[in-house]
Amino acid sequence: MSLATATSPAPAARPFAGRLVWLAAIAVLVVLWQIAPSVAWIGDPASVYILPLQGWISSAMDWLVDDLSFGLFTFKELTRAIAWLLGLPLKACIAVLSKGWHLPIGADGVFVPPVPWFGVVAAVTWLGWRLGGRSLAILVALCFLYLAVFGQWASAMITLSSILVAVPVGVVVGIALGIVAHRSETLAALIRPLLDLMQTVPVFAYLVPVLFLFGFGPVSAMIATIIYAMPPMVRVTMLALKSVPPEVVEFGHMAGCTPRQMLWRILLPAARPSLMVGVNQVIMLSLNMVIIASMIGAGGLGRDVLTSLRRLAIGDGLEAGIAITLLAISLDRLSQAFVYRQKQPLHLEQGMGFLVRHATLSVFFGVVVASLLVAAFEPSIALYPKSMMLSTAPFWDGLVEFVNVHLYEYLDAIKAFLLINVLVPLKRFMVDAPWLGVVVILAVAGMRLGGVRLAIAVSLMAAFIALTGNWEKAMISVYLCGLSVIIASLIGIPIGILSARHDGFRRVARTTIDTLQTLPSFVYLIPVVMLFAVGDFSAMIAIVLYALAPAVRYADHGIRRVPANIMEAGTMAGCRPSQLLWKVQLPLAMPELMLGLNQTIMMALSMLVITALVGTNDLGQEVYIALTRADIGHGVVAGLCVAFIAMIADRLINAWAENRKRQLQLD
Amino acid sequence: MTSRHSITTAGARLLLGGTILAAAAGSAFAQSVPESEDPIKMTVNDWTGQEITTRVMGGVLEEMGYNVEYVQADYLAQFAGLESGDLDVAMEIWETTGKDALTKSLETGDTVDLGETGMEAKEEWWYPAYVKEDCPGLPDWKALNECAELFASPETSPKGRYLGGPVTWGGHDEERIEALGLDFEVIHAGTDAALLAEVQSAYQRKKPILAWIYAPHWAPIQFEGEWVKFPEYEDACYEDASWGVNEEKAYDCGKPYGWIKAVGWAGGEEKWPAAYQAIRNFTMTNEDMGEMIGKVDVDGMPLQVVVDEWIDANQDTWKSWIPKG
Repeated sequence: MSLATATSPAPAARPFAGRLVWLAAIAVLVVLWQIAPSVAWIGDPASVYILPLQGWISSAMDWLVDDLSFGLFTFKELTRAIAWLLGLPLKACIAVLSKGWHLPIGADGVFVPPVPWFGVVAAVTWLGWRLGGRSLAILVALCFLYLAVFGQWASAMITLSSILVAVPVGVVVGIALGIVAHRSETLAALIRPLLDLMQTVPVFAYLVPVLFLFGFGPVSAMIATIIYAMPPMVRVTMLALKSVPPEVVEFGHMAGCTPRQMLWRILLPAARPSLMVGVNQVIMLSLNMVIIASMIGAGGLGRDVLTSLRRLAIGDGLEAGIAITLLAISLDRLSQAFVYRQKQPLHLEQGMGFLVRHATLSVFFGVVVASLLVAAFEPSIALYPKSMMLSTAPFWDGLVEFVNVHLYEYLDAIKAFLLINVLVPLKRFMVDAPWLGVVVILAVAGMRLGGVRLAIAVSLMAAFIALTGNWEKAMISVYLCGLSVIIASLIGIPIGILSARHDGFRRVARTTIDTLQTLPSFVYLIPVVMLFAVGDFSAMIAIVLYALAPAVRYADHGIRRVPANIMEAGTMAGCRPSQLLWKVQLPLAMPELMLGLNQTIMMALSMLVITALVGTNDLGQEVYIALTRADIGHGVVAGLCVAFIAMIADRLINAWAENRKRQLQLD
Repeated sequence: MTSRHSITTAGARLLLGGTILAAAAGSAFAQSVPESEDPIKMTVNDWTGQEITTRVMGGVLEEMGYNVEYVQADYLAQFAGLESGDLDVAMEIWETTGKDALTKSLETGDTVDLGETGMEAKEEWWYPAYVKEDCPGLPDWKALNECAELFASPETSPKGRYLGGPVTWGGHDEERIEALGLDFEVIHAGTDAALLAEVQSAYQRKKPILAWIYAPHWAPIQFEGEWVKFPEYEDACYEDASWGVNEEKAYDCGKPYGWIKAVGWAGGEEKWPAAYQAIRNFTMTNEDMGEMIGKVDVDGMPLQVVVDEWIDANQDTWKSWIPKG
C-alpha cells in the first residue's frame, strides 16, 4: 500500500487536503453560479465571443478542394484518383455478386451473370465447414439462406460487396499505420490522438468533407466506412507488435535478420493471432456503418432499412436489419474460425499439387464456377423463387400496433413520471451550470487523478467547447448520455455479474447483446418513437439499449478474472456469497468495471448522432444539421466537441482506474 | 404526336411496358440525341415521391436514348455535388424546404434552374379527423388555443405540443406561434420517419395530435385528417410585419403553397441540351403523384413497377416533353 501511494501522482495519503480542494472547487462553482446572471461571459461565453473556428475550417476545406496543387496534379485530382482506384474492386465485387458483367468478346459482347444465390450459399457453407467444422457450416448456411428466403438477397450482395472491399483496405492500411507507429515513437505520438479523434468524432461530421473530396456515390460511402472501421486495427497492430515475446525478437536478432526480415518473418507472423482480433473489429465496425453509409449512396441493406422505416413498414425494416446482423455474425464467426485454425499447422508434403495444398480455396472457386454453369443452363433458378419467399413483417407490424394500442397508457405513465421527476430537472441543472465552474471542477478532478498535465488537458478541452459556442448543446449531450450511462450500468453490471456466475445465462446474455449491437439502431428507434414519442426519453432508451453491451461484457470479464486463490481465501475466512460479491469480487473487479464504464460512455456518445434523427437538441443534432446543410466547418467543430467530451471522460476514468490498480497491486 | 419520338443507340430499345419505339429521324439540335454517351446522373433522395419523379424522368430520358445513372444523395448535401458536376440532375427541390439552398446554389452559376415540375407542395399543421369531436372549432386556427390542453404533453404542458418537421425543413413555425399568439410549443422531429411514427402511433390510439404533414405524400392519403386553416399566405405576410392579424410581426399566416423545381449541373446544358429541355418540359399533377405514392407506400407495390405502369399509361404526356425535331 505504501509503495502504491509513493508512485501515485495523486496524494491519496492526504485525504483531508484532498477533501479541502474539492470543497474549494465546489464553492467556486456555487459562487460562479450566483454571479452568472449578472456577468454574461460566466454563464455562456457564446454571448460575448465565439472563436471563428467554423469559418476557418470551411475556408481550409475550400482551399483543399479548389486550390491546393502539387504541381502536376491538384489535391482534388489526387483524392478523385484514390476514389477511382477503390471503385475498381468495388465494381468487380458488385459484378460478381450482384450485377454480372459484359465481356467485350465478339460483336455484342458476352454477358456473364452474377454468381447465383445457391452458388454463394454453397461456397460459404464449404468455407464454414473447412474453417470451423459442421456447426459453423450450419450456422453460415442458415444465415445466408435467410437472406434468400426473406427476399434480402439482392441488397445483401451489394452490402457484402462493399464490406468485402472495405475490410481488406481497412486492414492493410491499419496494419501499415500500426507498423509505422511501432517503428517511430514520434509518429506514434502523432497517430495516437488522430485515432482518438477518428473514433470519437461522429461519422456525420466527416461525411461532408468525404463527399467533397471523393465525390458522391458508393465509393465515398465505402471510404467513410474505412475511416470509421480502421482505428482499432491500428491500435491492435501497435499493441500486438509490442507484445511479441522478447525471446522471439532475440532469436531474430541472433539469426541476423535485417529490419525488413524482422518485420515480415518474425514480428508479423508472431503477432498474427492478435492481429486477427483487429480484423474482426474492422468487420464488425464496417457493418455498423451500413445504415449511415447508405445515407450517402451505398445502397444495399442500409437503404432498405431506411426506406422501409420512412414508410413505417417496421417489419420490413426489421427483416432487412436482421439481414445485416446475420451478415455480421457469419463474417465474424468465419474470421474467428480462421484464427483458431491457424493454431494447427497444416502438414505439407513434398510433391503435393497446388490444388491439394489449397484445397479449401480450390473447392470454393470450383463451387462458384459450377453454380455459374448450372445457372447458365437453367437461368430460371439463378434467382431465388419469389413463391418460396417468406415474410414475418405483418407479425411485427401487428405486434407494435398491439403494444401501442393496449399498453401505451402504462408506458406513458412511466415516461411522464421519469420526465417530470428526473429528466427535466436534471436537464435544467446541467444547462444552467456556469461553464467556468464546470471547467474548474474538471481541472481539480484531473489534478487529483492524474496530475498537472491531465488537469490542463481536460480544462483546455472543456474551454474549447465553451469558446466555440457549443456549451449549452454540449451540456444537453452530457445530460442525455450521462443519464443513459447510469441506467445502462445499473442494468448491465448486474447482468454481467449473473453471467459470470452461470454459463447458461451467459450464452443468452451474449447473444442478446451481440444482436443489439449489430442490429442497426434505427430499426428499434422508430418503434421506440411510436411508443414514447419524439423527445429526450426515446433518445435515452435507444442509447441505453446500445450502450448496455460493454457494461455487461466488462462486468462479466472482471468478475471472472478475480484470482481463484483470493476467492478461496475469502471463502476460508467465512464470507457468505453476498459478502464474497461485495467485499471481494466487486472491489477487485473495479478496474474492469471502470473500463466498462469508459466504453459505455463512448458507445453512448457515438449514439448521439443517431438519436438526433428522432429530434434531440444537442451536439448530435448540430452535427446532423451541418451534414444536411453541407456546412463543413460547423459539422467538424460540433464533432470535435463530442470527441472532447469523450476524451475528457476517457482520460479521467483511465487515470482513476490506474490509481486503483496500483492501490490493489493488480499489475 | 410528334414527328420524332426518340432515337436510341442501337436502333430500338425494349420499352419497360413492352412497347417498342422505333428510331425516328430529324432533329432540331445540331447534334443527334443522345449528344453524349456519358450517363446523366440523377439524384435519388430519401422520400418516395422524389424517387418516383426521378425514375419517371429517368425512364423518359432512357427512351430518348440517354444513359441514366441513379445516385443516392442527401436532399441538401446534393447541391455540393450538382455544383461540382459529380451529380447532374435533382428532380425535386421544394420551395418550402429548399428555396434558400437553391437560391444560394444558382448564384454560384454552377447550377441551372430546370423549371417547375407542375406539382405543388402543401405543408401545414395537420390533425386527424377524430380530433374534431373534441375540438369542434377546427380547422379554423382561432380554435387552436382553446384546445391547447388537448395536445399537451408532460414536457410542454400547459402549452400544446406541435410536432414540427426536422429543423432543416425550416417553416417558421416558432415565428408563426409567436405572431399568432398560440399557446403551443414546437417539438422538432429529427427525421420524417420519426415524425410519421408518432403520427401513426397517435392515429392507432385515436389520440389528439398536431403535426407537420405535407403533400404529395402517403400520410394524408392513408390517414384521414385535415390541415389547419391559417390566414391565407401572401408574400407580404412573411416580408411585411404590419400585414395581417398581428401588426407588429411577420409570419402571422399559413405556409405558402410551394413550387417543386428541378435543378441541374450547369455543364449539362451544353452536354445534353435535349435532355435538359425534356426535363424543363416535365409536368406531373399532384393527383397522379399522390396515386403513385399511395400504391408504393400504402399498398406496398414495388416502386419501379408503379413507375413503369405510369410510363406505359401516359405515353402522350411524356412524349410531349421530348423536344420536337
